[in-house]
Amino acid sequence: MKPQHFKFGLALLLTPILLWLTLLIALPHVDMALISLRERVSAGTYAFSWSNYTAFFTEPLYWRTFARTAVMSIMATALTLLIAFPISFYIAKVARGRLRPLLFLLCLVPFWVSELVRTYGWMILLRETGVLSSLLQWLGWVDGPVEMLYQDATIMVGLVYTSMLFMVVPLVSTLDSLDDSLIEAAYDLGAGHWRVMRDVVIPHAAPGIVSGCIVVFMLTLGNYLTPTLLGGKDSLWFTEQIYTQFITRFNWEQGSAFGILLLILSSLIVWIGLRLSRQSFTKVMS
Amino acid sequence: MLASIPSSRYFRGAYHAYVAAFFVYLAAPLTVVAVFAFNDSLFPAMPWKGATLGWFLGEKSPQLGIFHDTELLESILVSLQVAVCTTVVSLALATCNAFLFERHDFPGKNLLYVLMLTPLVIPGVILGVSVLVFSSSIANWVEETFSYDLEVLRPGLVLVVIGQFAFITTIATLVISARLRKFDVSLEEAALNLGASHFDVLRTITLPFLKPALVGAGIVSFLMSFENFNTTLMLVGSDAPLTIAMFDRLREGSTPVLNAVSLLLMAGSGGLAALSIFVRRKEN
Repeated sequence: MKPQHFKFGLALLLTPILLWLTLLIALPHVDMALISLRERVSAGTYAFSWSNYTAFFTEPLYWRTFARTAVMSIMATALTLLIAFPISFYIAKVARGRLRPLLFLLCLVPFWVSELVRTYGWMILLRETGVLSSLLQWLGWVDGPVEMLYQDATIMVGLVYTSMLFMVVPLVSTLDSLDDSLIEAAYDLGAGHWRVMRDVVIPHAAPGIVSGCIVVFMLTLGNYLTPTLLGGKDSLWFTEQIYTQFITRFNWEQGSAFGILLLILSSLIVWIGLRLSRQSFTKVMS
Repeated sequence: MLASIPSSRYFRGAYHAYVAAFFVYLAAPLTVVAVFAFNDSLFPAMPWKGATLGWFLGEKSPQLGIFHDTELLESILVSLQVAVCTTVVSLALATCNAFLFERHDFPGKNLLYVLMLTPLVIPGVILGVSVLVFSSSIANWVEETFSYDLEVLRPGLVLVVIGQFAFITTIATLVISARLRKFDVSLEEAALNLGASHFDVLRTITLPFLKPALVGAGIVSFLMSFENFNTTLMLVGSDAPLTIAMFDRLREGSTPVLNAVSLLLMAGSGGLAALSIFVRRKEN
């Protein structure tokens, strides 16, 4: 191609992406940051102020919900990894022939369905008049109906379920690329199960583990449906606080401050995760 | 462990049981949703009161079936409109992005690539509120300066499309880039040598090669838009897409009509999933 032509083509392709990133990603977040730093003095007049942030730190409900959301998201991520790893290993290394693509497909199926439907399914299973409660009564293990909704453990079940796919897919693809003969060689050299896992399998799967963990963590932290529906009124999830400030109380200044805080928290934890595992963001995310 | 590695029978047995239990866990919620769509009771709960098709075909309250529930039917239509618009604009930009990143070198390319990926790590609710805040800022400014109310920038379907487009583009870009990377540029060069114009090359060689990725990215974008909740929740106006309408129903107290809708959704997305697998198989 002629250089002149090439430059024109480049400019033509650069314009839309720059418009998209500036108008829909960068400027909205800058605007949100600015709004979080102002206080309404009277109708239509605003002044610079840190008050929305001080409100966050002085009101225990706010920062406790924040900390709780962070801790539960980290726990959900760890739990998802723990549950998904043996499954991914099974799909990538143990299952033979036709079983492999079949099992992998079975993992994908629930996630073609809306998150709302999945959460709703858990509500039917776990509520007082639900399937599990009836099953336990029928078996005679409990005397009356048991309410399993509206508890932290239930929220956790829902969160792990919702994020499972985003852990299984990267794990299976990294484990797939590990040559079986490396594992066999390690055994031949006298390593036991745990030793092979620690020194061969896990180091090889590290990029998949990190990318799975980042995506699951982000999705859990930003989740709204699962904690609200499975946790009921007292689920105390931070995205709910953001929703309340914006939509119910119409306090956009406070809501923006919450949004910025959540964004800082998520970026910080993702950054720490990448640092600890020595992975690069572009490599892990694409 | 690998079949070639000796391990105890108990270990193997336990491992297989674990895998089986996992798939039961995976299937359980969807199965109950599907089954309770046929329960002849006003609540999607035990006990089982016999089978009925009322939650699909019922004509009047209390057993108003989905095919006669105008509110839900309208919300499905809204979701379809939003998903089609989002898919079209996301695909257009994603195709441009894929060509930009795979075919061109320019200063700051890596930085731009990282920025292109950032929507993946911004929680949906925050993406929603930031778009809400920014569009209102613009709308307020326009109203104060020109005393004209810019309706499109107030919460509503346009804003929903804009918000979903902001992050779905990234995913579509990744899918299309992956395919474009496999393309052999010498095919284009040969065509150019044989006298074809750039436009002809694009139309007859490059785009047909990209078609499976475009279809795949389109299906993924459509589904992601259709089932999006977090971003949509913040930007929605008076017309509610299906997920929002179902969420409102759920909070009021659920009836098995929601199961019936869910079952239709499962069938619909299952069909699309099968289609995308078929397309991918053709690709290889």
